[in-house]
Amino acid sequence: MANSWRWLILFIGLASALPAAWAEAYLPADAGQVIETLPARGSHWLELRTLRQQVAAAPQALPPVLQLVRRYIELGRAEADPRYFGYAEAALQPWLLRPAADPEVLTLQATLLQNRHDFAPALALLERALAVRPRLAQAWLTRAAILEVQGDYAAAAGSCLPLAKTAAALVGAVCINSVLSLAGQSETAYRQLQQALEHASGAAATDRQWALVTLAEIAERRGDVAAAERHYRQALSAAEADGYLLAAYADFLLDRQRYAEVVDLLADRSRADPFLLRLALAERHLPQRDSNAHTEALQARFAALRLRGDNRHQADEARFRLQLCNEAEAAFALAQANWMIQREPRDARILLEAALAAGKPRTELQPVLDFLAANGMQDSRLQPLIARFGEEGV
Amino acid sequence: MKNWAVFCLCLCCCAPAMAHKASDSYLSLDSAHRQGRWDIALRDLDYALGLDANGDGAITWGELRDLGDAVFAYALQRLTVASAGQPCALQPGALQVDSHSDGNYAVLNFALACPDPAGPWSVDYRLFFDLDAQHRGLFSWAGSDRPAVFGPDAHRIDFDRASQTGIWPVLASFAGEGMRHILIGYDHLLFLLSLLLPAGLAWDRTGWRAVGSWRTAAWDAAAVVTAFTLAHSLTLSLTALHVIALPARWVESAIAASVALAALNNIYPLLSRRRAWLAFGFGLIHGMGIASVLLDMGSARGSQLVALLGFNLGVEAGQLAAVAAVLPLVVYAGRFAVYSQSALRWGSAAIAALACVWLAERSLEISLPIF
Repeated sequence: MANSWRWLILFIGLASALPAAWAEAYLPADAGQVIETLPARGSHWLELRTLRQQVAAAPQALPPVLQLVRRYIELGRAEADPRYFGYAEAALQPWLLRPAADPEVLTLQATLLQNRHDFAPALALLERALAVRPRLAQAWLTRAAILEVQGDYAAAAGSCLPLAKTAAALVGAVCINSVLSLAGQSETAYRQLQQALEHASGAAATDRQWALVTLAEIAERRGDVAAAERHYRQALSAAEADGYLLAAYADFLLDRQRYAEVVDLLADRSRADPFLLRLALAERHLPQRDSNAHTEALQARFAALRLRGDNRHQADEARFRLQLCNEAEAAFALAQANWMIQREPRDARILLEAALAAGKPRTELQPVLDFLAANGMQDSRLQPLIARFGEEGV
Repeated sequence: MKNWAVFCLCLCCCAPAMAHKASDSYLSLDSAHRQGRWDIALRDLDYALGLDANGDGAITWGELRDLGDAVFAYALQRLTVASAGQPCALQPGALQVDSHSDGNYAVLNFALACPDPAGPWSVDYRLFFDLDAQHRGLFSWAGSDRPAVFGPDAHRIDFDRASQTGIWPVLASFAGEGMRHILIGYDHLLFLLSLLLPAGLAWDRTGWRAVGSWRTAAWDAAAVVTAFTLAHSLTLSLTALHVIALPARWVESAIAASVALAALNNIYPLLSRRRAWLAFGFGLIHGMGIASVLLDMGSARGSQLVALLGFNLGVEAGQLAAVAAVLPLVVYAGRFAVYSQSALRWGSAAIAALACVWLAERSLEISLPIF
């Protein structure tokens, strides 16, 4: 009998060792089978469809195109869905090819380039737009945002100044105080922005939200957790939350170890990579939730992005490599490549964290540490990291 | 196709929720088999063509299938493949569905009919760039791993890749495909194995007895293998040439049933001396199953007979290799009483059990998490 069991085991071993069948393309069995669920078809969709029809009906009219593109960009930001940015860019394309492109077209295209971190060509388009129409507030604002992300605070502040005359008071105040807060004057910036918000009762809800997010981030950098929390909550109730706000608030909660709240905030938004990353980071600390599926999904999404030559997610991927995969070297390489493009506090943070985890010497971080010191960056999350590199009180 | 299949597998296995990702399509060309496969996101096709006919936000297979011709026409108009400077005709084939990390895709299989398929090749890709400037076409030649990327500023790529031409390379490549298919399509091998397990034995009402003669065993095996080969070659050819066509679900279920019956026949022999007839009868069904791969590859018309011949030769070669590896073992083991008294029985029972799982899966179109 023992022999026959051996045979049985051999057979079962053989059968299960054979390769599993590939997940190949298939022919659905039933005509009624749902093979894809499209993004929500709410009022957005109807509005977009109407705008698309208007553009198609009058291809030579610019205003419907601008309206359609703005709507696409808003939706892309709200849903963190890059396809809308691609639609917007395609709609602008015929207008960009004209010899004297409209400054608003140039500005919107620059916004799209900014979105995928093509900062140099975006700035060039904005210069062209402003040369034609120097009072185009959106162009100054986008220019300031790009320069701020690049860490050129003097130039960014210069780009905020014209807004005082061309844009709503609150918009100009957010622009300049955001820059000031990064350039070593966070206390002044916080006070001024708070005052501006108090005096801007008639401001648009989205502008108020933007001011509140900026206040929350300044308070967080200054280590005032209670104020940051208050401002984040005010921002969330001010208008429909956009991707930036949700990601920033999720990071705030992650730093406070409030993992269950991160899951509540983002659980049904896992379609977008930045949210999925934060969700997985939170789930890792919650025994009742399984973060493996989300970690594997992120792996697949970063692989898919790399396949198409997309590098705008390097900062997020560095966090993924460092905190979910324990690959400090890979994280450091990504964070370093990201630092060449963007220099916000969060970019410095992941770079320093990855460098510490990978055991990099101070010399490799010198450019970053010099940058932070030169600008007098005040950030409660960066100070301990800098201190660990032996550079007290930068 | 395999590299994409592996890629797709790793993507779709790990994606519980569909992602928000910029739009990509996956195009793969196989110059040896003169065919292509193009995976295009259903969401993008809906944006371009309005697949969701009833506007309920859900695309059903029926909605896609009804617009299948329009989908093929829309996509293939935006793709130019040329060899030796002359454009190839792109002939629509089967429309299927597959999953990627950001949702489900329509799979457009098509045949390439090139006036001069000698290469060098050039591919001009213009899908969706007018609608979505961030769309990218990820392109690969079958069998090579590094994909090329098509974008609005790089919509044409020249490949100085010379392609295999003439009869022999096509024959060889299809023979390889046939051999691969028979060796990984283990339902066919298990069927054959079930019939060969008693090769060195004879049934005498009370049980299996060793025959002891290599010669008898070899004749026995040769009869079974020949019958199986003749039968499946016949139906493989008829199916591949579109003379007969049976539903895949029916054929695949019958194949699973045949494996179970062949294995059970070793435990309760009804046809102990006529296993060659069993092999012939069920071989007819197996041939239709084997042909499905060839049909999926959708070879261009000119090389159809060569492809069929090559594929068939590959299948036979793979099968003979498997028989050559198994037969000596089986005959040698047959000399020991433990083989005929219990090993044969338990081995056959295991095969029958596995085949029953397949039968349930294939006939009910479910997936049992057993093997």
